[in-house]
Parts: sequence; structure tokens; C-alpha cells
Amino acid sequence: MFRNINVSVSPHIRDKRTTQNIMLDVCIALFFPLLAGVYAYGLSALITIVLCVISCVGFELLFQLGMKKKVTISDLSALVTGMILAVNMPASVPWFIPVLGGFFAIIIVKQLFGGLGQNFMNPALGARCFLVISFASIMTNFSTDINYLFSKPDVVTSATPMAMVKSGVVTNWFDMLVNTHAGCIGEVSAIAILIGAAYMIIRRVIDVKIPFIYIISTLCFVALIQTIKGETITFDYMMVQLCGGGLLIGSFFMATDYVTSPITNKGKVIYALILGLMTSLIRTVSPSNEGVSYSIIIGNMLTPLIEKFTVPKPFGYKKGAVK
Amino acid sequence: MKLKSFKRGIHPKGNKQFTCDKSILEFISNENAVYPLSQHIGAPCEPVVAVGDEVKKGQLIAKATSFVSCNIFSAVSGKVIDIKPVATTSGETAQSIIIENDGKFEEIENFGKKEDYSKFDREKILEKIQYAGIVGLGGAGFPTHVKLSPKEPEKIDYLIINAAECEPYLTSDYRLMLEKGEKLVEGIKILLKLFDNAKCVIGIENNKTDAYKHLKSIIDDEKIECQLLKAKYPQGGERMLIKAITGREINSKMLPADAGCVVVNVATTIACFDAVANNIPLIRRVVTITGDAIKEPCNLLVNIGSSHKELLEVAGGFLTQPEKMVSGGPMMGTALFEIDLPVTKTSSSILAFQKDEVAKIPTSACIHCGRCLGACPEKLVPQLMMAASDNSQFDEFEKLHGMECIECGSCTYVCPAKRPLTQSFKYAKREVIKKRKKGEKK
Repeated sequence: MFRNINVSVSPHIRDKRTTQNIMLDVCIALFFPLLAGVYAYGLSALITIVLCVISCVGFELLFQLGMKKKVTISDLSALVTGMILAVNMPASVPWFIPVLGGFFAIIIVKQLFGGLGQNFMNPALGARCFLVISFASIMTNFSTDINYLFSKPDVVTSATPMAMVKSGVVTNWFDMLVNTHAGCIGEVSAIAILIGAAYMIIRRVIDVKIPFIYIISTLCFVALIQTIKGETITFDYMMVQLCGGGLLIGSFFMATDYVTSPITNKGKVIYALILGLMTSLIRTVSPSNEGVSYSIIIGNMLTPLIEKFTVPKPFGYKKGAVK
Repeated sequence: MKLKSFKRGIHPKGNKQFTCDKSILEFISNENAVYPLSQHIGAPCEPVVAVGDEVKKGQLIAKATSFVSCNIFSAVSGKVIDIKPVATTSGETAQSIIIENDGKFEEIENFGKKEDYSKFDREKILEKIQYAGIVGLGGAGFPTHVKLSPKEPEKIDYLIINAAECEPYLTSDYRLMLEKGEKLVEGIKILLKLFDNAKCVIGIENNKTDAYKHLKSIIDDEKIECQLLKAKYPQGGERMLIKAITGREINSKMLPADAGCVVVNVATTIACFDAVANNIPLIRRVVTITGDAIKEPCNLLVNIGSSHKELLEVAGGFLTQPEKMVSGGPMMGTALFEIDLPVTKTSSSILAFQKDEVAKIPTSACIHCGRCLGACPEKLVPQLMMAASDNSQFDEFEKLHGMECIECGSCTYVCPAKRPLTQSFKYAKREVIKKRKKGEKK
């Protein structure tokens, strides 16, 4: 009678949360900023998004089939990478840019290091940095011309808000809050980003510590450095720092990437502060415009070290607890 | 009243609805009784009867071999027919005394004789509890007399009654509180005599407010109070409970007495009352038989030594063939491989599930989400511990305080990648202990 009974080690019940449904929640959250991007840039943005997603999922599938590994695209992590990659793309890029980005993110950063959970930096951000360095002119061209997709890249660039701020022009931050400012697909609308972020917080996908500390510390450090530099800080200026560039999208969607951010509570705080400091330094001192991307990648690489030094004291080891 | 609790932990579905309204039924088995010699933490007992001996109900059949060990009594009358290894719920075999039940239940002298315990002093109470073979009935099975004999009893300021019953499905303590509340309160009064400076707090989770209200209404001693706790797993863990009620924290190397506490479970307290006031040793216990595969889930008061098989028959058998059966709660219990196993002092429940959600679940790569860390009541970092354990880096495992793990299963419960964390830690802890023993020998 009891031949088919299962025997396993306790616990015998499990939570309903799975890797797949966490990833699905992230996808749903990413849907809002991407939708804003499509609304602002039109068809070209949509094509870029689709190319990013297809190439990420496709490369994961091809790699796993080729290496005769278990195909794990159903865990949706490649889909998330694809969507984050799209968030980081200008709306109109030649078709090979998303494909190359997908290749770099999935094959180089993720799979070569052991697949899901083993990558040492955020795959999509790694790919973005690779593309920005290799194809600087394309990656900073925020033209919305759909024909650009299949034409030869030219060198006409329009300035992003962060670049304009650097050159002393303060753009209208209210526009950024709602819609349309030159930038990547996902950076278009601060409100769309915040809706996605709120969704993730409500669904308990992300811990608010990292994004909040990151954003607040960035603003504080920027203000501090600007004061030291002798510049005047206006409310408009700070709002542009907040809404412009990738700070919002980066802090909620990329800095919180599970694999590459610390899991200890203290570690999260330290990590977020490091990101804030790096971002503010790059934004105010360095000539580069890649503040958020570079900071997060550097933070990612420090994560194992941060974790090692922030292992909490276990229950009952607190000083003066008892005896 | 403010709910007290500890930090972290998890919120599994209670699933107590199957049996929480079922009164405790008494079931007396006429089958043979089987008594494994090791039903507690500590040294196994030594049989004091031989094959062929006649025994009576309440007779000592195996005696403790050291201080941390516990007597075992027969719950039936009849003849000892064998002493041999028998399969137990833990999956291992244990030397056991088998008694042929003659169905007469002839009692030994003085069995059930009421005592005027108000005149008993500390030594007498402890002696009676020790003789009665009482162990922690919540599941761990630590000899109760050891718990009740701290080095400095005057330094104990809290007697905590563990009424959390935080494991899902279990309702035996809840029913005992409702039905045997008076006995519980009397038992507490007896235990309070052991500790002059102690007051008693009964910690009850807020999903059992009926029991809380009932106890509040019958408590007639100002030294005894009830405290509602947040329903959270593992609220009934000894150290979590101490933290929740007193705010004091102790680690695994300390004893509750180091924090001025003694923690006793509800059923254990009632057993102490029976031992001291009625001269009844520990021969019966309440077992919850529940799960979606059981026809008539129930709380049964059964003789220790009965077979799980009989208990399941009393519960009407199975609705459908269960995919998994568990002895104990779903978080820390052991999966059963057959049902012809004896009920021991620590058998708190039998669960039968139509569907098993665990054994065949595919595990995937760790995504480093940190949920395990947020669930661990011991404030450990299960993610790093598992990496160390899987790579056989047991030194690293120790450095991460892996030995503090209480194997409560919270990390494994929340893991979205369904990784067997607890299993890995059980293995690593054993390896570390093995290594320590080797080191001692050298």
C-alpha cells in the first residue's frame, strides 16, 4: 500500500513564491517605464525592445542547447535581462546593437560565469557599458527616426539632460517627471518608473533600503560636492539630478538586482552609499555621463567583499544580551 | 494588549481548521504495545523486565541510565514477548520492548492515587517528575526533570509555558488548554514551587485567542499570567519564545536558565501534574491526526506504544492514497516510510497529505535574493552557509555560525529557488560534530 509514498527531509511545506513568479513581477514592473518609452519614441522604441528581449532569451536558449545544458529560459531571468537592456537603449539604434548587447549580457556576463546567480555584475548593465564604450556615438544618439534602425550610424548626437546640466543648462525637470526628455527608452518618465517601483515594493520583490539610500545619498553628495566646488545649488538643479539620467530607473531596477547586490542588511546600506558616492562623483567631477551604470557595476563587483564583512552577529551573540 | 514576538521568522498557513474544533477523543488500543528504549534526548534506557515477565499498567519497564535519560512505563498489562530492534518514526531502528496486551489494563498499586501535593517540597516534586519519565512533549523530547533542575533555581525569574504551537496543523496543545485548562493551571502551580522567585507566563499565539480567553478566566493566581504572541513560525522555539516574552537573547551554547528562564510545554506541564498529584507516569499523550488525506481528522489521547496504523484507522483511514505522511509538524517533522510504527513520547501528530509539494519539486539556481536571511530567526546567512556546506568548507560553515542553526526550516520554506537549505545544514552540522569528536580523540 505504501510503495509510492514520498520521503524527504523537512520542511514539508513551501512558500508559493518561485524564481519564476518573482521574475514575472519584475517584468510587470518594467512594463511601465518601457510603455512610457514606446509612448514617447514610438515604433522605433518598440522594435528595439523586442530585439533586446528576443536576443537575450534567444542567446540563453542557444547557449544552453549548444552546451547541452538544461534549458532554463522558463525562469524568465533572460526576459528580465532583455527588458533591462532595452531600458538602457536609445530608442533608435541600428539592429545589431540590441543583438550585440544581448550576446554580451547573456553569453559573456551571465552564462560564461555559470548562468543564473553566478554573474558578478548585472548582465544588462555590463552590456550597456560595453556598448557605450564601443559605440559611443550610437549609444548617445537619441534620435527618434525609425529609419535609423537600418541605416549607417552617423555622428549627430543630441545632448541628454545630464550632459546639458554639466554644460550649465538646467532643463525643465517637470517635463522629465511626466514625459519626454532625450534619453534611453526607460528613462523617459519618472512617474512611470515610480509606478513600476511601487509595484515591486508592494509585491515585496525589492527591499527599499538600496534604492532609497542610493537616491538620497547621491543627491546629498552632489549637493556637497557642488558646494565645495563653489557652485550654487537650486531646487531645479537638484530635481534634474533626481529625475534626469538613469538614477531613478537604476536605483529601483538595477541596483536592486538580487544576484549582484548584498543580502546582509548592513551590506545593503554600505553598497547603496558606495553607489551614491560614485554616482555623484561621476556626475560632478568626471567628464563621463555614465554615472549610474558605472557606479552600479563597480558596486556589483564589491558585493562579495561587502557581504563577507557584514555577516551579522547571530541571535544571542549581541553584546550585553545575557551575561 | 501589545503582541510580543521575535524578529524575522515566517508565516506559513496555519491549516489548524481540520482539527481545532475536534475534542480530544480517548482511544485505548488492545493491540501489542511497543516501547523503543530511546524516546528522549540523552542516553537510552535499560530494560528492567525480561522476556516472559508479566507487567501491569503503569509499571516501570526501562529505567534511566544517567541523569539525562528517562524512565519508560508500560501503558498496558500483559506479557513481555520480545526485546528487539524495531523501526521507529525517525527512520532508524531502535531496541524496543514489546508487550503482549492482555486487554485487562490491570494497574499497579498506587496508580492514580491522589496525593496532597501542597505539602511536597522541591525535592519530592522533582523526584516524582523524574521518576514519571516526563520529557518535553512538544517534539524535542528533552528530559523535563533536567530542565527543572538548574544549578541556581533561585535565579530563575520566569517559568514560561510554551503554548505557541507554532507548527501548522498541530492542535493538541490548543485542545488541551481548552479542555484541561484547570489541570494546566494546577501543574503550573506545582512547577512554580520549584522556583521561589519566578512568575509564570503562558505564551499563546494570537491565532488561539479562545485558549487565551479560557485560561485567563480560570487563572486564580497572581503569579500566573497569559501573554498573546504574534502567530509566527518558529514562535515556539525555546530561544525565540524567551526573546518574545522577556526580551532576553541566548545563543545555542547557553541554557534558558542563563537568561533566568525555564520553558515547559503545555502537555508536559499537564503530565507533571498527573505525575505529582495523581501518581500517573507518562504513558499517554495527545496526538493530532490530520491532513487533507485523512477521512476524519481528530485529536486522540492514546497510549504511548500504540501503532500509528491503529491511530490512522481510528481517524477513518485515508480519503485517497496519501503522497506523503509526516510524523510531527510539517516544518520539522520526519516523513514516514510506513505506518506500522510505535507512538513514542514525542509523537505529536501524524499528517497525511494527498499531494506532496516538496519531494519532487525541481530546485533551481540560487538567485541570491536574501529571503532566507530575512526568514532566519537565528539571524544567520543561510545563503552563504549553504555555499560553504555544498563545497564541504565546514570551517567556513562554522565561521558563519552555522552551528547556531536550529533546523527550523524557515529558510527552506521561503526559498524561491526551492533549494534544500535545511538538509544541507543538517549534513554540515553532523560533519562539524564528527570533526570535533575526532579532534578530541587526538
